Amino acid sequence: MTEALYKALSERIVQLDGGMGTQIQTLGLSEDQFRGERFKDHEDELQGNNDLLNLTQPDRIEQLHLQYLRAGADLVESNTFNSNRVSQADYNLEEITKELNVEGARIARRAAEKVAEETGQPRYVVGVLGPTTKTASISPDVNDPGKRAIRFPELVEIYREAAEGLMDGGVDLVMIETIFDTLNCKAAIYALDELAEERGERPPLMISATITDASGRTLSGQTVEAFWYSVQHARPFSVGLNCALGAEDLRQYVVELGEVADCPVSAHPNAGLPNELGEYDQSPEQMAGLIAEWADKGLIDIIGGCCGTTPEHMAAIRKVCEGKAPRLARLEQTAREAS
Amino acid sequence: MSSERQKQQRIPPLRLSGLEPLTVDETTGFVNIGERTNVTGSARFRKLIENDDYETALEVARQQVENGAQVIDVNMDHGLLDGVEAMRKFLELIASEPDISRVPVMIDSSRWEIIETGLQCVQGRAVVNSISLKEGEEDFLDKARRIKRYGAAVVVMAFDEQGQAETREHKVEISRRAVKLLTEKAGYKPEDIVIDPNIFALATGIDEHNDYGVAFIEAVRDIKEQLPGVRTSGGLSNVSFSFRGNEPVREAMHSVFLYHAIKAGLDMAIVNAGQLAVYDDLDPTLRELCEDVILNRRPDATDRLLEEAEKWRGQGGIQREQDTAWRDAPVEKRLEHALVHGIIDYVDEDTEEARQRHDHPLEVIEGPLMDGMGVVGDLFGDGKMFLPQVVKSARVMKKAVAYLLPYIEAEKKEGEDQTKGKVVMATVKGDVHDIGKNIVGVILQCNNYEVIDLGVMVPPDKILDTAEKENADIIGLSGLITPSLDEMVRVAQDMQRREFKLPLLIGGATTSPTHTALKIDPEYEQPVVHVKDASRAVGVVSKLLSDTRHDDYIEEIRQEHDRLRERRKNRKTGRTYLDLESARANRFQWDPKANPPDTPKETGLLPVETPMVATLREYIDWTPFLHTWQIKGSYPKVLDDPDKGEAARNLLDDAANMLDRIQEEEWFNPKGICGIFPAVAEGDDVVVLDENGAERFRYHFLRQQFERPTGKPNYALSDFIAPRESGVTDWIGGFAVTAGEKSLERSKAFQDDGDDYNAIMVEALADRLAEAFAEYLHQRVRREYWGYAADESLDNLALIKEKYRGVRPAPGYPACPEHTEKATLWDMLQVEEQTGMKLTENFAMYPGASVSGFYFAHPDSTYFGVGAIQRDQLEDYCRRKGWDLKQGERWLGAHLGFDPAEKASSDPELKKTGS
Repeated sequence: MTEALYKALSERIVQLDGGMGTQIQTLGLSEDQFRGERFKDHEDELQGNNDLLNLTQPDRIEQLHLQYLRAGADLVESNTFNSNRVSQADYNLEEITKELNVEGARIARRAAEKVAEETGQPRYVVGVLGPTTKTASISPDVNDPGKRAIRFPELVEIYREAAEGLMDGGVDLVMIETIFDTLNCKAAIYALDELAEERGERPPLMISATITDASGRTLSGQTVEAFWYSVQHARPFSVGLNCALGAEDLRQYVVELGEVADCPVSAHPNAGLPNELGEYDQSPEQMAGLIAEWADKGLIDIIGGCCGTTPEHMAAIRKVCEGKAPRLARLEQTAREAS
Repeated sequence: MSSERQKQQRIPPLRLSGLEPLTVDETTGFVNIGERTNVTGSARFRKLIENDDYETALEVARQQVENGAQVIDVNMDHGLLDGVEAMRKFLELIASEPDISRVPVMIDSSRWEIIETGLQCVQGRAVVNSISLKEGEEDFLDKARRIKRYGAAVVVMAFDEQGQAETREHKVEISRRAVKLLTEKAGYKPEDIVIDPNIFALATGIDEHNDYGVAFIEAVRDIKEQLPGVRTSGGLSNVSFSFRGNEPVREAMHSVFLYHAIKAGLDMAIVNAGQLAVYDDLDPTLRELCEDVILNRRPDATDRLLEEAEKWRGQGGIQREQDTAWRDAPVEKRLEHALVHGIIDYVDEDTEEARQRHDHPLEVIEGPLMDGMGVVGDLFGDGKMFLPQVVKSARVMKKAVAYLLPYIEAEKKEGEDQTKGKVVMATVKGDVHDIGKNIVGVILQCNNYEVIDLGVMVPPDKILDTAEKENADIIGLSGLITPSLDEMVRVAQDMQRREFKLPLLIGGATTSPTHTALKIDPEYEQPVVHVKDASRAVGVVSKLLSDTRHDDYIEEIRQEHDRLRERRKNRKTGRTYLDLESARANRFQWDPKANPPDTPKETGLLPVETPMVATLREYIDWTPFLHTWQIKGSYPKVLDDPDKGEAARNLLDDAANMLDRIQEEEWFNPKGICGIFPAVAEGDDVVVLDENGAERFRYHFLRQQFERPTGKPNYALSDFIAPRESGVTDWIGGFAVTAGEKSLERSKAFQDDGDDYNAIMVEALADRLAEAFAEYLHQRVRREYWGYAADESLDNLALIKEKYRGVRPAPGYPACPEHTEKATLWDMLQVEEQTGMKLTENFAMYPGASVSGFYFAHPDSTYFGVGAIQRDQLEDYCRRKGWDLKQGERWLGAHLGFDPAEKASSDPELKKTGS
C-alpha cells in the first residue's frame, strides 16, 4: 500500500496536511455541538475536546480533511491528537479513548479515499499519537525533582490503547508528534513495537519532535541530535520537527536534524509565531516563501503545517515545492556523483 | 578509491545520548566511563544510597562529569539495597540535573529487573552493561531483543555457558558468537555492540593469572580486527585489585594498562575519571614494573612490583603527590607541614637537614619538631584537627625521633631522660579492651612523654614492678567492664601498701569521676585522677608533672573529689525504689496460652559458618567507630559536618581501605556460635530445659526496682519467657561471636612497627566487625533459624535503630549487668570449644573484639536498664546464685543502690505497693 509513497518520496517533496486544532477553532462550535446527542448529559464541559468531534461531528471533521487533501496533501493526519487516556481524563472520557482513535482513523480514511478517487492520486492516512499532557522525564513539582506524574510502563499502556484504535480504524502510517519529552516518545515506540509483534503488521512510523524555544532543545532538554540518537532504534519512516516555532526559527534545527538522520526528514512548522491575541498572522505567501528556500536547498523530504496553517497555506506551499527534489534523493545523487 | 571500498572501510559510529549526543568513532578517542556512581565499586556511594542521601550521591555523579566522564556508569547491585527502586530514583533525579544528564548513562546491573527499570527512566540512548551467554543463547537473545526495544546499545561480557573467558581465544570465540547472534537473530547493528573481554586482577601471586593482561589486550586487538564496527570496553579498576589501599600503584597500573589496551584498540573503559595518571608522568621504575606485570614480561614481575609497591604505600593518590609546593619552604616549616599533614615521605631527609643546622640533635626535637607538634596540639585543641590526623602526626614524629636517636646516643653527654615524663599504662587484670588506652598513649607520645604500655590483662604486681624499675612518673589504668573497677581499687590499695608516690590516672568506658572519688581515691594517698577521654590526657599529665602548677592542680582535684563525695552522700536520687516483692508484682505480664511463642525452625546448638568479611562489613555501625576516634556525631550526618566532615571522611576512607585488606589478605578469622533452647521462666530466673523437660541451665536475671510511671512494668529479662506455671514451653537463644584472635596479631605487628594509627584502626575495625557479626547473626536467627521474621527486610540503618522484633541483651550490659552469667552462656553454647573464645577471671571475653548475649523473641521484648538494685534484691540474688553476700557485693558493686558498708537501717527507704 505504501510502496507508492516510498516511490513518491524518491521523486518529490511529499506533502503533509496543515493544522487541525486551529481549523476546528474557526468553526466556532458551541458546547451543544461538541456534545452532540450522545454526550448531552455528560457532567463535564466538553467544548474544546476537539477529538470528541470524531464522534459527535464526524462530517465537519471529514470536511476539514477534504479541504487539506484537495489543497494537495498526500498525507492526512487523523484528528486524534488528544485521543489518549491521559488527555481524555480531563473530560472524564477515558472510556471512549479507543473509539476516538478508531473513528478518527475512519473519518480520515473516508476523506482520503474520496480524494484519491477524485484525483486518481493515492492519498494516505497518518494516525496521530499526541504527546499526552504528562511527562515521564520531568517532575511536576519543582521542589521535588524525583516526583513523576507518569512513568514509562503506564505510558506504554496508554499509547498501546490509542495505537490499537488507530490501526483498527485503518491508518496507513502512524505519527508520534509534538514530542516534548523523548521518554514519552520511547514509550510510544515501545508500545508500537509490542503491537507490531502481536499483530504481525507494522505501519511505517513518523516521529516529530518539538523544539520549544530558541535554546534549540526539547522541553525535556535534549538537543536535536541527541533526540535523534534516542529514537533511531525505531527505524522510522521519517523524523522531523513540528509546532512551537514558525518556519523562520525552525530552519536551523531542520538543518541540524537533516545532517544526522539517515531517513526522510519532515517539518510542519506553525504559521509564524502567535501574536498577542494568540492568532497566527503569517500569510500563505509569506510562509510559502520561506519554505521555497528550504525546497531549493533540499532541506526536507516531507513538508506540512502545524498551528495557524490553513488549506490556503498548504496550497501555496505545495506550489513552491513542486518539481523540487527531496533531501534524501539529492544526498544519494551527490553520493553517486562522488564515486 | 571506489565508494564500495570506502563504505567497507568506514565503520559507522556508536551513537549514545543524554541531553547531548555522544558519538564514538575513530575521531573520538578513548571514552571515559565514570565508575564512581557504582555501589559495588564505591563504598562511599553505596553508603550514600543506603542512607538515602541522594543529594550527595548526585554530587558524586556531577563530579564525575566535571572530571571528564563522557558516560556515567550507574550500578545499584547490592544485596541489601532495593536495587530496582534505587536505580529508578537515582536516574529520575539525574534527569532533573542537566549538568549530569547531559551525558549518556551506562545502566550497569546483573539483574534484569534493574536493567529494565533503568531503561524505563532515561530519555537518552543508554548502554546496558551487561548481558552474556552465561545462561545460554535463548536467555541472551531474549534480553538483547528487549533492550533493543528500549533503544539502548549493549555491552556483552565475555562469559558463556562454560564460564568467564580467561584466555584470548575463549574471549574472541565468545565475542564472535555473541555478535553473530545479535546481528543475525536480534536485529542489532555491529556498531551498537560493545564487547567487554573481562579485565581481571593481576599480580595476585597466582601464576595462572599472569597472562590475564595480555589475554585482554590481545583479545581486544582480535575483536577489533575480526568484528568491524564492534567496540570494546572493560572495568579498569579490577586490574589493580591486588593493590587496594595503595593508590599510587593502582593509578600507575591503570595508566599502563590503558596505554597498551588503547593501542590495541580499546574504545572505552569504566574508570575513575578524575584520577587517570599520565603515562609519561609515571615514575619510570614503577612504570616499568607495572609494564612487566601487565605484559607478563618476566616470571618474577609480580614479586618485583609487590616489593616496589611497598615504597608507595600510604602516599595517597597522584593528586596529593603533585602538591609539593611546601617542599620549597625552610626546613622548620617543612617539618611542621609534615607533622600537621602526617606526611612521612620526607621525614628522614628533612630531619637530617635540621640536624646539620643545630649543634645538638636534641635541639631538633626540642626545637622544630616540638614546635610542629605544638601546632598539631593547638589545632587539635581548637577542633581543627582530629584524632586520626593526630595519630598520623605522631607517626611522623616517631620516625623523626627514631632517626635522631643514634646521634643523641652518640653524644650522650648526660645520661638523663630527655622526655617530659614517663607514663606506665595498662589495662587491668581480667580486661582486654585497650583501644582507648592506646589512643591516650599515642597522644602522650605526641607530646613527648615516654609511654610504657603493658598491654591488656596486666596483674597489679607487674604494673607496679614496671613503674618502679622504669622510674615512672605516672601510672595509668584502663578498663571497660565493670569488674575492672574493683581491679583498679586493688591496684590503688597495692600502691598505698608499697608506698608509691606516683599519681594514678583512671580511664575507660565504665570508669567515672564519681567512682574514682568514692572508691579509688580513698585507698591511695597520692593524687588519683579520672581522665574523661583521650583529649584530656595531656592536660592532666602536664599539670601533674609541672613544678609550678602541680600543687594547685592537686588541690583542685581534692576539692572536686570532696564535692563528688559530698553530693553522693546527700544524694536524693529523685528516684523512689520499690521493694523486690512490689517490683515483681509489677512485672511485664502476658498470656502465653493466648499468644503462644513462635516455635523455632531449628533448635539446639547451631554452628554458624563463618561469614565473609565482605558480608559483615555491610552491617557495620560507623557511629561508634567514629566515637572511638573521638569524632562525635552520628553517621552519616557527620560526613557533611563543616568542621569534622573531612576528617571523618578521610578516616572512613582509610577504614574502607583497611577493610579491603582485611578481606583480601584474611587478617581476621571471625568465628561464632548460636543456639536456641526450650526454656521457661521461674520467678526472675530462666531455666533451660533438656528434651525431657529437666533443668539443664539456669540464668539469673535482675529486676528493675526504681518506681516506673503508671502502666509501665518493672522489667526483668525473664518476663519475656513464658512462666513455668503457664504450662507453655518457650525458647531462649544465645550467641557468641568474635572477629578472631588473628586480629590481635595484626594490631601487634603494626604497633611493633611504630604504626599506632593502623594498630588502632585494626582494633577498632575488629570491634566493629564483631558487632557487625552479632547484627548479621541476629538477623539470620530472626529470618531463618528461629524464623519468626522470615520476611524481614531492613536496611542497615533500620538494623542499627533496632527496628526488628526481639532483642539480644549482653551480660554485663544494662538489661543484665552481672558478668558471671556469661559462664553459663559459655557452657550452654560450648563457646570455647566451638570458637576458641575465652572468659578471663573477671569474665571479660578474649579476644576483646567479641560479643555475646541472649536472644529473646517475644514481640514486646525490649532493651532496658536494670538500674540500681537494693539490699533485698542483692540478698535474693545471692541466694539464687548460691553466693555469700561478699561475692554478691563484688560482682554487683557498681549496681548497688545502697552502701553495703553501712547498716541496713541507713539504706534508702523502699516503697511497697499494694499487691
